[in-house]
Amino acid sequence: MEEVLFFVAAIGALGGALGVIAMRNPFYSVLALIVHLFSLAALFLLLTSAFVAAAQVVVYAGAVMVLYVFVVAYVGGGGESAWEPIPGQRFLAPLLGIALFVELAVAVLSSSLLALGTDGPDVKAGFGDPAAIGRLLLEKFLLPFEASSLLLLLAAVGAIVLASRKEPA
Amino acid sequence: MSIEWYIVLSALLFATGALGILLRRSPMVILLCLELMLNAGNLALVAFSRMVGNGQGQVFAVIVMVIAACEVVVGLGLIVAIFRRRLPLNVDDLRELRG
Repeated sequence: MEEVLFFVAAIGALGGALGVIAMRNPFYSVLALIVHLFSLAALFLLLTSAFVAAAQVVVYAGAVMVLYVFVVAYVGGGGESAWEPIPGQRFLAPLLGIALFVELAVAVLSSSLLALGTDGPDVKAGFGDPAAIGRLLLEKFLLPFEASSLLLLLAAVGAIVLASRKEPA
Repeated sequence: MSIEWYIVLSALLFATGALGILLRRSPMVILLCLELMLNAGNLALVAFSRMVGNGQGQVFAVIVMVIAACEVVVGLGLIVAIFRRRLPLNVDDLRELRG
């Protein structure tokens, strides 16, 4: 059962990712990314991390993607020119992508990580639920938590300044 | 399901995102491909967290999500600003800052 769920979610995630880079219209790319994000949330649930999966669905597939849809609707699709600054870029790029994947896979699988090839240790029932993550965030990782809240505030103010209607003098 | 499947899937998704950045010219799609790469990193973090058996990697993944949201907000603000100034939305035409 777990294998079936993993392969369904993995195919969804990979298909969504390929859809993002293959679609001509940016609006369809955004929709493909939503499929990808939901599949990743399923994978997070398979890894017994319920809070990260919920945050993925609520924050990403909910809030961030709505932002994308609004901006795509505002800016519009617009065709991409076929002009290549580097000759043969369209043929070199897939080769580089495949090389990057092979390199990453070899680097991870040939490393001597102890738990590779296992399902990981048995974990308690509360592993990865909101209570456990909240306790970690507020006890051990309080400083990164506060720093990220400051970063969110800065990003919101910066986006308002960038996208404001007033033209600079 | 053993952990290495998740790690290999994460590597595959990361390579797909990098391929999209190399192939596409629209800044919006490039931002989407950056999201793909960040999410691939998140998948690896959560998989390693499950492998080690403590929740710290998941906290890391949540922070990465925050960073990704900030990056999206600033990037989309830039795209809207570029669109308002009637500049072309194409990373090959917007090359004045190139070193």
